[in-house]
Amino acid sequence: MSAISEVEVEGAVLAARRHRVRRTPLSWIRGGGLSTFLFMLPLLLAFGAFSWYPIVRTAVMSFQHTNLVEAPTWVGWQNFDAVIHDPQTPIAVRNTAYFALLALVFGYPIPLAAAVLMSEVRKRRGLYSALAYLPVVIPPVVAVLLWKTFYDASSNGVFNTILGWAGLGPYPWLQSPHWAMPSLVLESTWANAGGTVIIYLAALTGVNSELYEAAAVDGANLRQKVWHVTLPQLRGVLLVTMILQIIGTAQVFLEPYLFTSGGPANATLTVLLQIYNYAFGNSLGGDYGKATALSLMLAAFLALFSLVYLRATRSWSQE
Amino acid sequence: MSDHPSSGLIPPGEWRRPSIRFGVGGAQAMLLLLLVIVGLGPILWLAKSAITPTNDTITHPMGFFTHGAAWSNLREAWVNVDVGRYFWNTIVVAVGSWLSQIVVATTGGYALSVLRPRYAKLINGLLLATLFVPAVVLLVPLYIEIVHPPIVHHTFIDTYWAVWLPAGASAFNVVLVKRFFDNLPREIFEAARIDGAGPFTLFWKIVLPLSRPILGVVSVFAVLASWKDFLWPLLVLTDPSKQTLSVRLPSIQSQTSLGVFLAAMFIACLVPLAGFLVFQRSFLRGTGLGGAIKG
Repeated sequence: MSAISEVEVEGAVLAARRHRVRRTPLSWIRGGGLSTFLFMLPLLLAFGAFSWYPIVRTAVMSFQHTNLVEAPTWVGWQNFDAVIHDPQTPIAVRNTAYFALLALVFGYPIPLAAAVLMSEVRKRRGLYSALAYLPVVIPPVVAVLLWKTFYDASSNGVFNTILGWAGLGPYPWLQSPHWAMPSLVLESTWANAGGTVIIYLAALTGVNSELYEAAAVDGANLRQKVWHVTLPQLRGVLLVTMILQIIGTAQVFLEPYLFTSGGPANATLTVLLQIYNYAFGNSLGGDYGKATALSLMLAAFLALFSLVYLRATRSWSQE
Repeated sequence: MSDHPSSGLIPPGEWRRPSIRFGVGGAQAMLLLLLVIVGLGPILWLAKSAITPTNDTITHPMGFFTHGAAWSNLREAWVNVDVGRYFWNTIVVAVGSWLSQIVVATTGGYALSVLRPRYAKLINGLLLATLFVPAVVLLVPLYIEIVHPPIVHHTFIDTYWAVWLPAGASAFNVVLVKRFFDNLPREIFEAARIDGAGPFTLFWKIVLPLSRPILGVVSVFAVLASWKDFLWPLLVLTDPSKQTLSVRLPSIQSQTSLGVFLAAMFIACLVPLAGFLVFQRSFLRGTGLGGAIKG
């Protein structure tokens, strides 16, 4: 195709676009508008029905009393008020914050250290990453129920048997209000760390090797190279994984639901479990107003937190 | 000597120094051992206990076939506990969810990236916005919508449509596919249009065949995600005979002996594990990072 005809085509396309400004339904169809709309339709239907509409609906429902029999009634801020004054709410918030904090302490440094070490493996690196990723593949329900058997509090439990070899335990694990939450976090870290390792491994391949050479010329040893080159180069990724992990752990549900149902003595009641209990925990019918109010408050908090986080770390991440 | 290019942190020559070779090499060997114990260990334990008599697992969980194997666990789980049925249900749910995700992601990605009508910008913005909305916000209204759908007036509870249809609304998939389409060479589309290809031919004959790699990635993650899903199918599939493995496992725990239960759990891991072994590269290259970081 010659250059001239390309220009002509371009011109024809432009003319067609300009022409479409004064359009009638018929010219819209002739210009391909209908077929384009047909391609867009599955997306519009799926997101309209199962994403955009429910989001709006949540906002509406949080100001209503809804049961599935009668028409909903407007109740103002009553749902929010009830949630805030529910004695369970501060417990759930505190537990969720504790879970997120522990997950950061356990789950943040380990994948990073493992990934840095793995990126320097010279042979069979794939084996390392496959082994690290394996727990991520296990269905979460199986992972939790399997760890529940590991956490068996009798001296014949799997973990207690292993620790017994070293003369330790038996420990009560999930049955102790004190240790239940750390036990949940341990399983959750096991189940998710592999994904983070893969992200760091990908980011590590992007570090410019000339920076290492320059550091070596300046006489930096290995530790100094990791500290002054590798980590600063991963800054952006590290900041993103941290906020994503916080957003994820703030919505922890499966572990407290299947391990402990929020117990013992509400020690593992989280915000999401509380939302679930409001909406689906009562067999007589859910309190959908409170559930949507609490989920909106959680979403608003996370949005605000992310904004503040991004603002606070902006200068650091763009340096 | 080495299978992988060096990142430059430890240049190849450095490995000759004893402090590096023994220090870093030793740490790497330790890491491998740890990964085998932590990553593979629990799965091996599950495999072992799935075919160990219940009593042995209870009294000596770390023993190794002290009283022989109990292959009957697997059979009992599959037949008596109906794991075979739940396995089939899970496949039905996964395939339907996969189909609805692929249809929405490819047609939507094509419309947004290639056809680009004037309202594409608005829809793209709305799509990206949903990425920032935590899933829990959707939970209750989505549930009510499934129980009492508007317009249709027929409940979707206990039908697989309740899982299949909402699965299509995955903004992550659409964004992934759209980004892939964005990078396809525009000249091909122009050439095809000049040859008289309409939007449907262009989609079916040119864009889809070119996007096999991304469709493979989306498919693998779609099937795996639906295999893993718990809360949503738990809410909308209340009839036990229609439930998936993940939904059913917690409730059969109390009614079965430990050995049979562990066998059922092992069976539930087989498809994801096989998928991981076959499609390892899609997982480990880090394409599907969307679901990677979660609590």
